[in-house]
Amino acid sequence: MKSFGRLRVRRFYTWRGNPLSSNRKLRTHEYESLAIRVDGLPRTTVIRTGQHILIEGDDDDNPFAAKVVRLFGDESGQQKKAVVQWYVRVSEVPPSKLKLLGRDPHPREIFFYQGGNCDDEVNAESIIRPVQVKHLDADASFPPSDDGDDDETLYVKLAWDSKVFRILDSALVASPPRHPNPSLPPSPPRSPPAATPASRTSSRCTLPTPDPTVLRRAALGEVRRSRAAASAGKNPAAMEALHSETKLSASKCLSAKRRHGTERTPGVRKKLQLCSPEKTVMVREDALTQLLDEELEKERTLAKRVPSSPARSPTLTHRLTPLRRTNKSLAAQDAVSLKPFVITCRKVPLSEVESPTPTRDNSSSRAATTPCTKEPKPVREPALGDLAEEEAKNSSPPRSSKRKSALKVSYRIRKQLNLMDGQQDLNSDEDDEDEFVPSKELQSSSEEEEAEVVVKKSRVSSAGSRTPRSSTRTPRKTPRKNAPGTPRTPRNATPSIPSRSLPARRPANVLEEARTRLHVSSVPESLPCREQEFQDIYSFVESKITDGTGGCMYISGVPGTGKTATVHEVMRCLQHAADTDEIPPFHFIEINGMKMTDPHQAYVQILQKLTGQKATADHAAALLEKRFSNPAPRKETTVLLVDELDLLWTRKQNVMYNLFNWPTCRHARLVVLTIANTMDLPERVMINRVASRLGLTRMSFQPYTFRQLQQIITSRLNKVKAFEEDALQLVSRKVKPAPSPVPQLLPCVGSLSSLLRQVAALSGDARRCLDICRRATEICELSAAGLVGMSHVMEALDEMFSSAYITAIKCASTQEQLFLRAVIAEFRRLGLEEATFQQVFVQHQALCRVEGLQPVGVSEGLAMCQRLGGCRLLLLESSRLGVLQRVRLNVSQDDVLYALKAD
Amino acid sequence: MSKRKLKNAHLPIGECVSQVHQILRERFCRHQLPERPAGLEAQHKHLEELLKRTAVHGESNSVLIVGPRGAGKTTLLRCVLRELSKETEVQKNLLQVHLNGLLQTDDRVALKEITRQLHLENVVGDKVFGSFAENLAFLLEALKKGDRSSSRPVLFVLDEFDLFAHHKNQTLLYNLFDVSQAAQTPIAVVGISCRLDVLELLEKRVKSRFSHRQIHLLSSLTFPQYLDRVRAQLRLPDDFPDGSFAEEWNASVKSLCEDGSVDEVLRRHFHSSTDFRSMHALLMLCLSRVSVAKPAIRPADLLDASRLCSADTKVNMLRGLSVLELCLIIAMKHLNDVYRGEPFNLQMVHNEFKKFLQRKSNSMYNFEHPVVMKAFEHLQQLELIRPVDGSSAKTQREYQLMRLMLDHSQIMEALQKYPQCPTDIKQWAASAFA
Repeated sequence: MKSFGRLRVRRFYTWRGNPLSSNRKLRTHEYESLAIRVDGLPRTTVIRTGQHILIEGDDDDNPFAAKVVRLFGDESGQQKKAVVQWYVRVSEVPPSKLKLLGRDPHPREIFFYQGGNCDDEVNAESIIRPVQVKHLDADASFPPSDDGDDDETLYVKLAWDSKVFRILDSALVASPPRHPNPSLPPSPPRSPPAATPASRTSSRCTLPTPDPTVLRRAALGEVRRSRAAASAGKNPAAMEALHSETKLSASKCLSAKRRHGTERTPGVRKKLQLCSPEKTVMVREDALTQLLDEELEKERTLAKRVPSSPARSPTLTHRLTPLRRTNKSLAAQDAVSLKPFVITCRKVPLSEVESPTPTRDNSSSRAATTPCTKEPKPVREPALGDLAEEEAKNSSPPRSSKRKSALKVSYRIRKQLNLMDGQQDLNSDEDDEDEFVPSKELQSSSEEEEAEVVVKKSRVSSAGSRTPRSSTRTPRKTPRKNAPGTPRTPRNATPSIPSRSLPARRPANVLEEARTRLHVSSVPESLPCREQEFQDIYSFVESKITDGTGGCMYISGVPGTGKTATVHEVMRCLQHAADTDEIPPFHFIEINGMKMTDPHQAYVQILQKLTGQKATADHAAALLEKRFSNPAPRKETTVLLVDELDLLWTRKQNVMYNLFNWPTCRHARLVVLTIANTMDLPERVMINRVASRLGLTRMSFQPYTFRQLQQIITSRLNKVKAFEEDALQLVSRKVKPAPSPVPQLLPCVGSLSSLLRQVAALSGDARRCLDICRRATEICELSAAGLVGMSHVMEALDEMFSSAYITAIKCASTQEQLFLRAVIAEFRRLGLEEATFQQVFVQHQALCRVEGLQPVGVSEGLAMCQRLGGCRLLLLESSRLGVLQRVRLNVSQDDVLYALKAD
Repeated sequence: MSKRKLKNAHLPIGECVSQVHQILRERFCRHQLPERPAGLEAQHKHLEELLKRTAVHGESNSVLIVGPRGAGKTTLLRCVLRELSKETEVQKNLLQVHLNGLLQTDDRVALKEITRQLHLENVVGDKVFGSFAENLAFLLEALKKGDRSSSRPVLFVLDEFDLFAHHKNQTLLYNLFDVSQAAQTPIAVVGISCRLDVLELLEKRVKSRFSHRQIHLLSSLTFPQYLDRVRAQLRLPDDFPDGSFAEEWNASVKSLCEDGSVDEVLRRHFHSSTDFRSMHALLMLCLSRVSVAKPAIRPADLLDASRLCSADTKVNMLRGLSVLELCLIIAMKHLNDVYRGEPFNLQMVHNEFKKFLQRKSNSMYNFEHPVVMKAFEHLQQLELIRPVDGSSAKTQREYQLMRLMLDHSQIMEALQKYPQCPTDIKQWAASAFA
């Protein structure tokens, strides 16, 4: 959820009842059920073995689903554990495997997980709430999906064992044998399951378990319900009218919403506020208002029973409406195995509810009632989410569009209730001043919330369309107030380069083919000469993946020695192995220190690549910290490649620290491969605690020797006969740039083999080598020779490595050459390597006279000096200093003299 | 053609002259690209092939064009691009991004500009949305999505390439070169720089990713070639409306180049610099003297222009000074002689000046101290003298140490040219004890 810090709900977990059995050896006690109490709310949820639950995961929107197999704790009662049977969500199945399904997965489809490599023991405190899981036959169709994901029910059809999908036996999913419904503190055991509907309807404080089936049915049959209400003899006419009105305007409102996407209807909001002006209550916006309204409704239905006393304290609690009760009663009448779940509800203070009543009754405020009461049913849904026991045979297929909209709205409400829970959590005692400020902020947050829901809806309904995505993820402090006219930030712009109108030409001849293969970008079939390194990295990562542990590795080597290429190759192989199920699946992500603007952006990029969320750097760091340090179950190993590690250096080194610290967390299952150029980076720049976490798994890539370079090129060319054999050797051999025996080798065919040596001698950079060869093919093409020969390679080499200084001096004008000479003369006179322009200029004038040239003026001389400085033959001070600027040579004096003499 | 020539043979002379002005000015101001950059055929071919391969085959490349200022680097690139754009295959595919190190002073600005010029989807109108980090990620993502055969190749032209190397971490260069070495959107990175040591500016990782192709524009020009070039620059094209005028003009240009004094002037110019730009400046000055009354360039014009070009700017400034200021300059010159270039202050200069006055016992130049100080300040404003670094601010103005920004030869030249310079001052300038 987006503002996770704010909305965090605190839950308290307690065992219920006495241990069923205890294990001496392990010192554990097994329990039957676990009670979850949400801070600030009076409700308590009970988790029992055999129930389906949601478990906190990385993605708050899609928590893990599972079935409780066993609940146990240690002797002290501190540790609460649960053994679960996992279900896999569609999003958790690798996309490549989803194809095996042979159809599009249903968004709320889950798969019974039969793969072995998941820890099935989870911390019980990560359980969020029970969830409804419904088994469908393999050939049965899904209930038509409402275009929102507003139903909590998950459907399971197939089992997934990380290789194939199998038909699932419904017995595996079936709900557990029913236990006598336990009642919870603080409520004393109240009505037994067989309690008569009538009594329940009237009982003030007992809440029936909202049976989903029933609720659904209830949603369909509002009329019936109201009739029921009417039959209860409570203001039938008013109810009837209210309902029809409600339905009408609610559907109108909804359809309008659907049409406008993210657009809000401010009018509704305003009127809502009018509807219940109490700020303390209003901060919880619509959902709450709805609650209140229902409260009101209840009030009205229970007309005489609840006295409206304005003096009551304005504590607000979640309450179930009389409607639900009616539903309940209906349900009871329908009597499909009903398991009432009793919860106490504090007596409702109705002071604030009372006040809007007149307005509401008043038919002029029709719009106001609309949003409040538009869906009487869904309001229950969140409660259902929290309270309901799983009900496997909830099979009534949704029939009417009315229901759809209702469901959708219920989803929204649930979201809002979640939010509200959080808020209530905050101000469980009413003095919390933050809460009481009828602040804009809260309102805006609600606005956001609502926007989010709508956005979500539209996203689901029109996947791929451009929606303002980020709003769902990033917490925003300030409400965004976009005037409709201003151009919106194209948040979801897809980054792409337009595609070409004419197709790229294919390589036509041997040389072009060779050039394509020699381009650094072309991915070779294999990486020759790095077999050992490949093996080491492969076995390191593979062992970590199979063990499900984490670790760091540091890879160093000068540029162009194949570090990144080797790691990528390893990853390709591992991915292949994972695809063929030799090793467990893993997740590979890659960041590059050079490809971010700031070291802290690393968090953002990692988070985005892991989960697709966008967040600020700090927030991303927090999320990642949570992800890696919390014992989250059923996590794939993540392999993180950090290229150009040294760029992630910060003064406090916290980025590096985190990167290396996460793998050490027990549950992280993170393998970090880091790449940098210097071998001693850990010693040189890292502080001890960082270097220590990096560990000693290091590897250094040696520069290629000329043989290796030769092998690389041969393997790349792979049968394309474009080079004469010795040309290759030429590229790879160690030859000093000085005149070499190469020219003599030239005539004899099969003697072109030393260029690579030169490269090897200079850098051992494979990129350089490939570039030279590529250039050689071009030169060869120009000279219309069939094969690349020695001369071509030599020429290419010359082009790339010969220094241009000497040529530049030779090409300079006479006066400029003279000036260089004057500089040297002045240096010799002074015995220093630096002189002012004025001093040099005197020498220059003298030299001009000697050479018989007309002396130049000071301005001209300065211009000349600047030109030489522009080429960096001279190093100059700022030209503002004029004749006082100091001059230095950027070339050795010998080079200058050599160039001038050769003239 | 001949008919048209005949028909147009007698344009009024004014018309012809204005035509000449227009044609030649376009040439000198580089609005008009030459047919082929002279003397750079090999480089032209190399660059053209390279860019064509990117545009047609989708091969990524990177190249640096290096040469001194005024050597024709940009002209070369523009010529190549003009030629390439004639081919539909290239024209329809190639996207161009032009950046200049003087305009895009950091990566943030450069990224926005790239995004804007590529019209990526986060551009609305002319505005680029998103933070620096987002922009970078967006651009990289965009480039990464493309591949060799399907996406349009992008040409990045980085003018003043060396300035990009000063950006923080060289992020932009690293990423551009990295893309050019990866199987992503085909791009060609063309850097233009006048620094010969530009490769040394690149960080080792960036350098490794650069393909090390450099096109050097270093042509050793001989004087006859230079003369040819001057002639070609002044020549009127064959399709000039008035055929006979063009012939006359071309003949006059030919004879001009054969003139002895012109030869001398051009030779002097050639010795001083061989680049196009200074030559164009010279010819532009000549051209501006062409009028209806004088429809040709005469040797005298060229001499004048040359004089104007090589005139010393500081000497011209000195000619505008008052006699007092000139005296102060001379006093400074003597102080420089005596103290071998050590800095001086106003008091020292004033004392030196007073000594001169005492010797002359001439009250003509007897100025009050504040007047002298004012003159001194004026000289400082003209930057003929400048305070010594560091010692400024705190000291009183009279005692602030100064240095003379003039060479002796400039002072003597200025005195020669100074209108009605008093003889005693001239003598004093020649010798401190005169």
